[in-house]
Amino acid sequence: MTQTIGAARALGALLALLVLSGGAIGLVVAISVGIGDLPIPLSTTISAVTNQLGWSAVELNQIHETVIWDYRLSRALVAAFCGAGLALSGAIMQALLRNPLAEPYVLGISAGASTGAVAVVILGLGAGAVSLSAGAFAGAFAAFFFVALLSNGTRGGADRTILAGVAASQLFNAATSYVVTTSGNAQQARDVMFWLLGSFGGVRWPEFMLVSTVVGLCLIPCLLYARVLDAFAFGDEAAASLGVNVARARIALFALTAVMTATIVSMVGTIGFVGLVVPHAARFLVGPLHIRLLPACAIAGAIFMVLADIASRILIPQQVLPIGVVTALVGVPFFSFVLYRFQRAS
Amino acid sequence: MSITADNLVWKIGKRTVLDGVSLRAEPGRLLGLLGPNGSGKTSLLRLLGGLKTPSAGRITLDGRDIGEVGRRALAKRVAFVEQHATTNVNLRVIDVVKLGRFPHRSMFSGWSEADEVAVEEALERAGMGEKRNDFWQSLSGGEKQRVHIARALAQSPRELILDEPTNHLDIQHQIGLLRLVAGLPVTSVVALHDLNHAAMFCDHLIVLQNGRVAAAGTPEEVLTEALLRDVFSVKARVERSMHHGRPHIHYLG
Repeated sequence: MTQTIGAARALGALLALLVLSGGAIGLVVAISVGIGDLPIPLSTTISAVTNQLGWSAVELNQIHETVIWDYRLSRALVAAFCGAGLALSGAIMQALLRNPLAEPYVLGISAGASTGAVAVVILGLGAGAVSLSAGAFAGAFAAFFFVALLSNGTRGGADRTILAGVAASQLFNAATSYVVTTSGNAQQARDVMFWLLGSFGGVRWPEFMLVSTVVGLCLIPCLLYARVLDAFAFGDEAAASLGVNVARARIALFALTAVMTATIVSMVGTIGFVGLVVPHAARFLVGPLHIRLLPACAIAGAIFMVLADIASRILIPQQVLPIGVVTALVGVPFFSFVLYRFQRAS
Repeated sequence: MSITADNLVWKIGKRTVLDGVSLRAEPGRLLGLLGPNGSGKTSLLRLLGGLKTPSAGRITLDGRDIGEVGRRALAKRVAFVEQHATTNVNLRVIDVVKLGRFPHRSMFSGWSEADEVAVEEALERAGMGEKRNDFWQSLSGGEKQRVHIARALAQSPRELILDEPTNHLDIQHQIGLLRLVAGLPVTSVVALHDLNHAAMFCDHLIVLQNGRVAAAGTPEEVLTEALLRDVFSVKARVERSMHHGRPHIHYLG
């Protein structure tokens, strides 16, 4: 009896939390849509969405509608999903590698993606048929497999995996620099540079479809693995003695994060800091157990990224800063605050 | 008969770590594993816990080959306490103990009455009930070891394997911990360094030397002056303690 009531209460709390966090993400997305060279009131944004869903039929300014639907809404939603995916991947990496400094790019995925991108843009690999994104995706997975090979598959252990990731990052970054300096012209170098620092410019609905599908589909197995991630707290051997199939869990979780990260990197470039910091901030808020931590990371990551995207557009008038610059500029003071608070609380 | 090992051989590369080790752990008894550094104690425990697979020989649980028992099924009955396993995750004591229920829960199942009972009992036995909400990082070495034992007990094991659980503990906690383990209603295999503690608390002893069994039997049979000289390279006198009746070792300079 008490158990049923407890379960019902827990379910109620979960629903309330989902509605609240969904509302919060919706709000920052709506705010993000309203901000720009052409300011759009919040009510217009909301009406535009409800009109589309058939819930209302408010007469709206055609230009406003075009800006909302063709540019800003897709951009804000892509930012939200990228933030969620990166924060989720970061939390999983930190748990699996048992390292607080681990983040989604620790296995060399961003370095591989950049090599793939320059190979397409500068060397013209794929003869024009392959897009920058596809090249980056291929590069990201090349780096991932290189790390897997170097760390001796799944038997390597956490430290060895991290070292292999560092080696792969160095190698692929060197390859990128080599190609850029020997073959690139100034414009190409600038394009690649901008992409490397991360940018939501040019993302539209196809990108949204892709990233929402990938992150959404990866979230479910990640949540199913939440308890397994908890079991890794005392290391691989402790997890094995609790009955975890360590090799299988590591492969599955590394692959899930690799798919999410590679998709995001190939779409919007390397956006640092989110995957490192958001999991820590979320841990301060909801504790270290992954059944709560993973959803919290997804929500906090989404909100953080949309806010960072807003900042990237308004910090300097008439100019858009690379998003990676903003996440670090906004993220570091925020993280310092969290660290400071935590120090006092304990 | 609970755990038996038959002619175990384990090689890492070309090095033979264990060579023809056989043992049998009697139900409900405490089996002590002794031997100098590098004699293969930890390796043997890992094989017994199913964490590694022997190169040759076999391990059975109630007559069944351990390799045929699934990972999760094994974790339901054999619990393993590693040598100073620690974490940088800021878990509470209760969360660590709850990890012990992992093998008993499926991916979708919620927290059951049985889980709750097992965790409460484990906390109680290990004497960590009052510290249930303390953070891992705030615990002393002895308390951490007790939490690990509570986590292991929450697995509701019939066999408990401990790798030098008294390392780095002060004497009060060493004795307290061994008394706790000796009083548990499970079959235990414990690697120990302190020979006098082994003599006091263990029902049977096995001494390893260079990966082979140098001696096996009751503490009285095993802990002889000749063995201390040959295996541990120390001069000592062994006599029956007038206080607890078990062998007591006086080391000579």
